[in-house]
Amino acid sequence: MNSNKKIFGIAATFKTPDEIINAAKKVTNSGYVEFDVNTPYPVHGMDSAMKIKPSKLGFVTLVTGLSGAAIALLFMYWTMSVDYPLVIGGKPFFALPAFIPVTFELTVLLATVSTVIAMIALFFRLPDNKHPLHDTEYMKSVSADKYGIVIESTDAKFDEAAITDFLKKLNPLKIEIIYYPEEEAYPIFQPKFIMLLVVITLVVSGGTYLMLNKLLYITPFNWMMEQDKLNPQHSSELFSDGYGMRTPVEGTVAKGFIPYPYMGQTNPTDVLSNPFLPTKGNIELGKGKYFTYCSTCHGYFADGDSRLRGQFPNPPTLHSKRAREFSDGMIYHIITNGQNVMPSYASQITREERWAIVNYVRVLQRAKNASESDLIEMNKETGSNVTN
Amino acid sequence: MSIDYSQEAPTVAGRLTLAQIEELVARPMDTKPNKKYFIALSISVSLLLIGATFLAFSLYYGTGLWGNNQPVGWAFPIVNFVFWVGIGHAGTLISAILFLLRQRWRTGIARFAEAMTIFAVMCAGIFPIIHTGRPWLAGYLTPYPNQHALWVNFTSPLVWDVFAVSTYFTVSFVFWYVGLIPDFATMRDRTASKLKKTIYSVFSLGWRHSNRHWTHYEKSYILLAGFATPLVLSVHTIVSFDFAVSILPGWHTTIFPPYFVAGAIFSGFAMVVTVLVFVRKIFDLQHIITLDHLEKMNKVILLTGMLVGYAYAMEFFIAWYSGVQAEQFVFINRAFGPYAWAYWIMVSCNVIFPQFFWFKKIRRSIPAMMVIVILVNVGMWFERFVITVTSLSRDFLPSSWAYYKPTIVDFGILLGSFGLFFTLVILFTKSLPVVSISEVKAVADGAQPTHHGGADHE
Repeated sequence: MNSNKKIFGIAATFKTPDEIINAAKKVTNSGYVEFDVNTPYPVHGMDSAMKIKPSKLGFVTLVTGLSGAAIALLFMYWTMSVDYPLVIGGKPFFALPAFIPVTFELTVLLATVSTVIAMIALFFRLPDNKHPLHDTEYMKSVSADKYGIVIESTDAKFDEAAITDFLKKLNPLKIEIIYYPEEEAYPIFQPKFIMLLVVITLVVSGGTYLMLNKLLYITPFNWMMEQDKLNPQHSSELFSDGYGMRTPVEGTVAKGFIPYPYMGQTNPTDVLSNPFLPTKGNIELGKGKYFTYCSTCHGYFADGDSRLRGQFPNPPTLHSKRAREFSDGMIYHIITNGQNVMPSYASQITREERWAIVNYVRVLQRAKNASESDLIEMNKETGSNVTN
Repeated sequence: MSIDYSQEAPTVAGRLTLAQIEELVARPMDTKPNKKYFIALSISVSLLLIGATFLAFSLYYGTGLWGNNQPVGWAFPIVNFVFWVGIGHAGTLISAILFLLRQRWRTGIARFAEAMTIFAVMCAGIFPIIHTGRPWLAGYLTPYPNQHALWVNFTSPLVWDVFAVSTYFTVSFVFWYVGLIPDFATMRDRTASKLKKTIYSVFSLGWRHSNRHWTHYEKSYILLAGFATPLVLSVHTIVSFDFAVSILPGWHTTIFPPYFVAGAIFSGFAMVVTVLVFVRKIFDLQHIITLDHLEKMNKVILLTGMLVGYAYAMEFFIAWYSGVQAEQFVFINRAFGPYAWAYWIMVSCNVIFPQFFWFKKIRRSIPAMMVIVILVNVGMWFERFVITVTSLSRDFLPSSWAYYKPTIVDFGILLGSFGLFFTLVILFTKSLPVVSISEVKAVADGAQPTHHGGADHE
C-alpha cells in the first residue's frame, strides 16, 4: 500500500540503554552518516557512540552576552552622559558602579533568551510538526520508554534491504519503515478560516477603539482630569454666595499687588513719579518688554509705524513734542490705564516692567532727537567721529 | 541506625519503571478533576476575587484606602513585594544551583519549584506596580524615547529593580519552558484527545527526542543554569539595594544583600515544602517526591534559618560597634519599641522554631514539618514588615514619628495575592506535568547504560 510513497528512513527500537548505545556504535562504524537516535531522555555516552561533536551553542551565548553588556553600558552612557546629562546624588555622569546592576541583568537577559532562540530555531530547526517521524508508532514508543535509531534515506549508502538486514542483526524489538507523510493542503478560502479572520479583525479593532476613545476618558484612567478642587471662574457650594473665587477682605491688599490710585481717569491731574533709575539693566528689561508688548503697534523706534498692516489703527509717533513733554508718570499711566483705543496693559506687564518700558521710551525719544551736546558726549564715549 | 553512605540513595523510590513514572506524572492531566480539586480551586479563586475587589476599589478611589501615610510610605506593598520575590528564589535555586552542584535529587521537585518561582514573581510584580497608584502607566518605568527627551534614572535602585525582576521573570520562564519541551512531546504522543494533541504539538514545537538535539539541549541547560545562578543572587541583592542604598538607619547596612538572599532561600524552601506536601499526597507522587526530598529541603531550611539568625545578631552587633546613635536607637526600638510584637514573632518563627529540624524524627515527620514551614512563612513575612515599617515609622526626626496601621484593604490585597498564587498552582497541577518526566526518567534505576554491554541487566 505504501509502494508509491517516498521512504524517509528505516527505524529500529530497542529495550535497554545498553542496546541502543551498542546499536549507535555499530551504525556509526558501518559508515552511515544520516541517522539519528531518539531516546526519551539524554542517554549518557551517546555523543561518543554517535561521534557527535561538542555543541557550539556556547559561542552564541558568549557573543550575545557580551553584546548585552555592551548595549547596556553604551545606552546608559548615551542617555545619562550625552543625551540628557543630570547630576544625581553627586555622582559623575558616567557612574560605572551604579551602572553595573543593569549591565549584569541585560547581559543575562540577552544571553539566555538568544541562546534558547538560537538553539530552537537554528540548531534544532524547530518548530517542525510536519516531520515524517511524527505520528508514527516509532515516535510514540521512543517518547515513552523505548530507545530508537533511524537511518535516513538521504544517506549515501541507503539501501532498504541491506539496512533492514543490518538492523535485524542488532536484535531490535521492532523494525519500522517510515514514509514521508502525504502533503496536506489547507485552502485559505474556507468559511471557517475566513470567519476566524473576521472575528480577530473585529476584536482587535473594536478593542483598540474602545481603549483609545473610551477607556482613556474614564476615571481613573483619564490622567486625573477630574479633581475635587476649586477652579477659577467655577462655582462652589462651599460659599454662601456660590462663587468659587474670593475677593480680598476689605482694607487688605493681595500679596505682590499694589493698587494704582488713578485707574480709570483719562487725563489725571496728578501722576506717580518714576521710582526706578534708568540703569543699564533696567533699560535692557524695558527694551525687551517694549519689543514684546509695544513695538507691534508703536514700531521698534516708537515712530508709530505699526507692523499690523492696518489691522489695528496706528498710534501717533512718540517723538511728537506733546509725547516728549509727557512726564514719566503720564506714560506709566497710559500703559497702566490705556488711552483711546489702546487697552490697559496692567494685567500683562508688571509694575516694575512698566516703569522699565517708560525708561526705554525715554531712551528712544532722546536718541531720535539727539542734540549737539549728545553727539559730542557719544563720540567721547565710543571714540567715533559722527557729526550731525 | 545503619546507613550505607557508600551508595547514593535512589532518587526515585520503589524501583519504578519508566512507563510507571510517566503514568504517575501524567495521570492528573489524563483524568478529569474530582470534587476536591474544584473545592480547592473555588477557595483560592474566592481569595483571588476578594483581592481583585479590594484592588479595584483602591484603583478607583486611590491609594488613600491603604494605611500608607507619612512617614511610612513603603508599607504593605513593598513588604508583600519582597516577600513574594523571596518565595520565588527557591525555584531557581533548586533548578540552577543544585543542577550545577550535581544534586540529582533536585529532578523530582525542580519543575514544581520553577513553576512556583514564576507564580511568586507574578504576585510580587503586582505590588510595586500598584504602589505607584496608576499601574496602567507602568510602561513609564522602562527607558523609551519620549517627547520630553527624558530617560529613567539608571543610577536608582528602583530602576535596577525593574530590570532585575523582569529579567528574573523572563529567564525563569524560559528555563521552565525549555525543561517542558520534551515533556510536551511525551504528552503529545500519549494523549488520545485530538484537541490536547494539537495543544501539546504546538508547545512541543515538534520535539523528536533526537540525540542530535539532546546534545545541544543539555549544553543549553548548563548555560542557562550558569546564568540563572548569579541571576538569582543578583535579584534579591538588588531588592535589598532598594533599602541599603538609602540612608535610613536600619536600612543602610552592607549586610543586606547576603542577608536578603539567605532569607529568600529560607522562605522559598519553606513555601516549596508547604505546597509539595499536599501535591505529593493528592497526586500520589510519594515515590517521586520522596520523604528524602522533603528532609533535604528541611536541612536547607535549617541552614538558611541560622544564616538569617546570624544576620539578625550581626545587625545588632554592628549597630553597637559603629557607635552611630541613630542606628543603635533603631535596633533597640525594633526589639523593644512599639513594633516589638512583630520583631519577636519574626525571631521566634525564623530562628527558634527551625531549630527543631536538628532532630531527624521531626525532619521526616510530615505534620511537624508542616507546622514549622508555615511558621517560617509567617516569620519571613514579618521580617520584611519589621525591616520596612520599624525603620520608617521612627526615623531621624522625632516630630514626624507615627505608628503605622494597615487597613482592611491592605489585608484584602495581600489575601488576593495568595489567592492568585494558589489558583495558578492548582491550575498548573492539572494542566502541566508537575514533575519533569524526562529528567526523572533519566535518573531512574537502570536508565543509564552500564557501558559493559548490559550483561547484568536482564
